[in-house]
Amino acid sequence: MHPTIQALMTIVIGVGGCVGYFYASNLLLDRVIFPPRGANAGRNINRANMIRPWLFLFPAIFALGLYLAYPVVATSWLSLSREGTFVGLENYSRMLAEPKFWESMRNNMLWLIVVPALSTAFGLIVAQLTDRIWWGNIAKSLIFMPMAISFVGASVIWKLVYDARPEGQPQIGLLNALWLQFQGGWGSLLVLKALPIAAILAFAAGVAWGVWRVGRPVATDPAGLARRPLAGLLRVLAVLAGLSVLYLSLRGVLGVATAELPYGKPQTWLTILFYNNFFLMAVLVWIQAGFAMVILSAALRAIPEETIEAAILDGANPFQIFFRIKVPQIMGTIVVVWTTITIVVLKVFDIVLAMTNGQWETQVLANYMYDKMFRAFDIGVGSAAAMVIMALVTPILVWNVYNVRKEMR
Amino acid sequence: MDRVAGRKSALVWTVHLSVLFLVALWVVPTLGLFISSFRTADQISSSGWWSALATQERQLPAIRVEGEPELRDGLYVIEGTLFPRERSTLSAWGTSSLKPQAYQPGDVAELKDGMTLSVDDKGRYVLTSPDPLEGKRLPRIFATATQPPEFTLDNYRQVLVGANTGISIGQAFLNTATVAIPATVIPILIAAFAAYALAWMDFPGRALLVAAVVGLLVVPLQLALIPLLQLHNWVGIGKGYLGIWLAHTGFGLPLAIYLLRNYMAGLPRDIIENARVDGATEFQIFTRIILPLSFPAIASFAIFQFLWTWNDLLVALVFLGTGNDQLVLTGALVNLLGSRGGDWEILAASAFVSIAVPLFVFFAMQKYLVRGLLAGSVK
Repeated sequence: MHPTIQALMTIVIGVGGCVGYFYASNLLLDRVIFPPRGANAGRNINRANMIRPWLFLFPAIFALGLYLAYPVVATSWLSLSREGTFVGLENYSRMLAEPKFWESMRNNMLWLIVVPALSTAFGLIVAQLTDRIWWGNIAKSLIFMPMAISFVGASVIWKLVYDARPEGQPQIGLLNALWLQFQGGWGSLLVLKALPIAAILAFAAGVAWGVWRVGRPVATDPAGLARRPLAGLLRVLAVLAGLSVLYLSLRGVLGVATAELPYGKPQTWLTILFYNNFFLMAVLVWIQAGFAMVILSAALRAIPEETIEAAILDGANPFQIFFRIKVPQIMGTIVVVWTTITIVVLKVFDIVLAMTNGQWETQVLANYMYDKMFRAFDIGVGSAAAMVIMALVTPILVWNVYNVRKEMR
Repeated sequence: MDRVAGRKSALVWTVHLSVLFLVALWVVPTLGLFISSFRTADQISSSGWWSALATQERQLPAIRVEGEPELRDGLYVIEGTLFPRERSTLSAWGTSSLKPQAYQPGDVAELKDGMTLSVDDKGRYVLTSPDPLEGKRLPRIFATATQPPEFTLDNYRQVLVGANTGISIGQAFLNTATVAIPATVIPILIAAFAAYALAWMDFPGRALLVAAVVGLLVVPLQLALIPLLQLHNWVGIGKGYLGIWLAHTGFGLPLAIYLLRNYMAGLPRDIIENARVDGATEFQIFTRIILPLSFPAIASFAIFQFLWTWNDLLVALVFLGTGNDQLVLTGALVNLLGSRGGDWEILAASAFVSIAVPLFVFFAMQKYLVRGLLAGSVK
């Protein structure tokens, strides 16, 4: 049977089956099991109403349980076993002994810092800038467009941008064509040294500000810490993470300042160790910035006009309005966007597979796991890697569930 | 006041320019591949796509003189043209690869054995020889020519039928549609019923279930691959379309339930209570009132799920086979990147076949997509 016909039949059977199930089960409940007639009519109605939700929910719960909840348990078991026998943490210790795993972890951490930060920042900037111009909607629509493109399609698009030809041949990759314009003069110094340094310093300043905001209560109010030890611990952890990012970015400034750039030579961007990670991240930032923009733009519009008018009357300039009035009011949304992109980053797989397949030290966890499971057929270590991804997602999962519980109360 | 107004307009201009810059940054990569998909392989490899609209000067591959000699005034003459189809303009030519630009158009080159060759600026050449030309190696012409912009649909024709790539993108397109459409339609009803129960029915454990759905929303599907593949093999489905439909249905359900529940919970309570008072059963309320009213949320989810299943690579790699009858577009693209990584005309056209449908859906239904995004993440 041709798959297309099979697909049509599946739609009919699937949809028909669903409708049939819901209709028949309701009918059964109302007419046969608990009919609202006779001596027990009232009690029967109540009983039927107690059971009905579960009729409505059953297919969904069954599918969720089988396709998402059960695999979590099964994968944890697989990660602790080898060919069906329990081996404790052996798979994990084997995984920890592999340099490729640590490379993936390092790269994943880089991705986790850079991609959400840049996507959110770009999204916020575009959302703010397009708010007041007449062609803002067109601009937004174009920046949002990459959301519709598959990761693989985006990889092809960016591979052309990064394409490199040997020296002397015409360059067909945009990046190399631009790169060859720089000959090491003042322009190069400005664009390739001063600008990146300024950008990294701005980022570092933002991080430093965050560290100060988060860390100040720890330093000034140790008694408050004792009262809420968990929040205090989180604060200390956040400060430590922020400080390490700060250290990394300052080291990055030093690196950029002292780097000898090979002017006039075409570069194979995807094989430059360490920096190639950033060229891969650019693809995801390109895709995700539109998502951040759409959500942040809606949040910006929901800000009450009065707060902004009051600020204008008090003589605030546009930058003060943006950073002191608007950003604090949409902080909740920024956090949501950030965490959503974080989850996407943790699962990123297609981009790395399509562009470098983890060569040249660009491996990430999701692709490492795929390698182990489906190329090396090492299900134990692959499952262990999957569990690491799960562990990294868990804080966000807990946070989301906590928020929903709070809302529903 | 003047100063303030002046500053204001400068600011507005900065905003316009920065937005323009950002939009260009976002559009140019796609545009580059799009333009490349309409250029011939020669053009792509000899100049960047940004020069596609300019006339280009480039050196053509060597062309050997050929044709039937005619006897004219005691000389054997072959006439012909270098550019039978295109309107190119010759700027220089030569007869050896060492000196490809030795002669100007119209010059007459003296070759060995008394042969002469001349080429004019339209690419028409005349070879004369005092001796018969049978069995002789005729000279080659190295031409440098400027060519007008030229675009072609050949790349698309080639990839769609899969001539000389071994991978038919046309077939992969059908396979992708076969995966994506049922995987989009089936979860909707299942999720809608569950969402209604979670939004409007009162039963113990409801809050817990909602929390569970939110939790499952972020479970990485990497965890599900091996256990589910083992399950499918055990049940007897194995790798195939049925398996991937089920998998996509399962993976799409949390988002579907979450989006639809949020939307349904926001519907006016009066309508539902009135219907209950009037004696409608829950099933009637659901099918007659809730389902039609929830259309926007259903559309949002359908777009998400369609984009996601159409663009997915991982689930297809794991749950589908690798044969031509089951290879989806993303998988075909990855294969092409591996095997024909330098053939940009094939890659570009294939990539555009694969992103055409999502782009169309995106632009046609952007409203619902945005609404769904907002419902899914902003509180």
